[in-house]
Amino acid sequence: MSAVLAQGLRKSYGEKAALDGIDLDVRRGTVRGLLGPNGAGKSTAVRILTTLLRPSGGRAEVAGFDVTTQPRQVRRNIGLVGQHAAVDELLTGRQNLELFGRLCHLSAVQSRSRAAELLERFGLEHPGPAKEYSGGMRRRLDLAAGMILAPPVLFLDEPTTGLDPRSRAEVWRSVRELVSDGTTVLLTTQYLEEADQLADRVSVIDAGRVVAEGTPDELKSRIGGDQLDVVVRDPEHLERAAEIIGGVASGPVELDRDTRHVRGPVNERVRSLTEVLTALAAAGIEAEDVAVRRPTLDEVFLNLTEAGGVRP
Amino acid sequence: MTVTTLDSPVTRARWALADGWTVARRDLIHWANQPMTVVFGVVFPVVITLAFGYLFGGAVKVPDGADYFAFLMPGMYGMTMLFGLSSTMIAVATDASKGVTDRFRSMPMAPSAVLIGRAIADLLHSVVVLAGLLACGLAVGWRPATLSGTLGAVGLLLLLRFALLWAGMYLGLLTRDPGAVVAVQTLEFPIGFLSNAFVAPGTMPGWLGAVAEWNPLSSTVAAARELFGNPGWGGDSWVARHALPMAVVWPALITVVFFVLSVRRYQRLDR
Repeated sequence: MSAVLAQGLRKSYGEKAALDGIDLDVRRGTVRGLLGPNGAGKSTAVRILTTLLRPSGGRAEVAGFDVTTQPRQVRRNIGLVGQHAAVDELLTGRQNLELFGRLCHLSAVQSRSRAAELLERFGLEHPGPAKEYSGGMRRRLDLAAGMILAPPVLFLDEPTTGLDPRSRAEVWRSVRELVSDGTTVLLTTQYLEEADQLADRVSVIDAGRVVAEGTPDELKSRIGGDQLDVVVRDPEHLERAAEIIGGVASGPVELDRDTRHVRGPVNERVRSLTEVLTALAAAGIEAEDVAVRRPTLDEVFLNLTEAGGVRP
Repeated sequence: MTVTTLDSPVTRARWALADGWTVARRDLIHWANQPMTVVFGVVFPVVITLAFGYLFGGAVKVPDGADYFAFLMPGMYGMTMLFGLSSTMIAVATDASKGVTDRFRSMPMAPSAVLIGRAIADLLHSVVVLAGLLACGLAVGWRPATLSGTLGAVGLLLLLRFALLWAGMYLGLLTRDPGAVVAVQTLEFPIGFLSNAFVAPGTMPGWLGAVAEWNPLSSTVAAARELFGNPGWGGDSWVARHALPMAVVWPALITVVFFVLSVRRYQRLDR
């Protein structure tokens, strides 16, 4: 059963298409990452799915309800954590959550107990107004506000943009907890690491279209296997090292003069590594560092959005 | 947690008011958390009143040779209602720019509650500020004649504030940028000066005086002076002689126009 379903979703402003026919099918209880550069259409998609924007074409269902014809039912089943921490900065965390609880039509007693529960769970028991919170706390308060009704589907629009690494880790921990409770999460992000860390499946979006979809591992394997990376001590040896690595690589070799890196894709990691090390030693080339690693999602991403091959 | 049912129009209207009150209560909590902002909201018009009354008052010729404060106070009451335009606009634009409006719109609350709540909170705020300024007026020697007249005048002043609420909401939703408020704030004083609030339009150059007479603020202030039993501004044009009805017509007109515009603007946030 799908928690979020979109078919040919389009949104255009005059001639300009912000979304150019997006298909999504997010299964219940999973985390879907929408990955893409600024202006790719991620937030537009989220705004349509959360009933804030009307699509120009296509259709979408969230928790089984149509976003255009049943917006009130959709709103009862979703939580939205937007790009800004949309909390009232002059209210305390407790006052914010009680207010949102009342607006979700909980009784005063229910709102109070739900607020207390969420404050404890997200570690937000600070007596002052929200403007005194750290960036990470504010986002967690925002997350808590989106969880008032324990909605089955939660939308996170760039939940950690602008946060320092520690705050980001805090937010990630909170999201993982929600997911373990069975909440379906649709998350947009520009941080590939974030998608890698949190998402079960990733849809890569560029220029209003889904250009690739799969698990993070599937996407990584799309640009070939492992990368062999050698740092040579003497810049004079760069060309010779590139030749040696080119001999075993399964694709073109990259050479970076400034950092003295030589990189190339390889199929069999251990055998390639041994061959290259032996050949380098025989040629009298000293390596400062040698590594074989999986490609990062960054590389996948650049490959998918800039290679040109994927765009029509 | 809650099961969705299709609500009847009565239930929906009830929720719109209940949710509107919840949204308005948010402002009341702001006041409780930060009482200084409310105090400053009262102090600002008081300072302006004292500045005009004591610094410029001696140089102003009031019709019938009355005391300047007796003439000025109803003008200041009207001016304070005019200042409400930018405070509504700031509140609406800030919520829209910070994503608070979007959060409300994505929640299962009555959509109209966002506007209703703003209207309730801002009217309450104006009542508090007006009460403070009335007390200030009494302290500097201003006196209303009758209680019924006073209530009528206060009612007309709040009617103007109610009308400007919708104008403020429309501008706030239109710009969605608290920075744009400066432009409106800059215009408030000239609009106030170009009325009968501080001086009689008869003392202005002819065409400017005519504009001042037709300023909606002038009608409210003139009607308030009449009801308070304070000295008038001595105009004898049509609009000056019909201050009382015009103090109802102008706000009604502004309300209708901007209510429609701001509701439409709000509904079209999803475009």
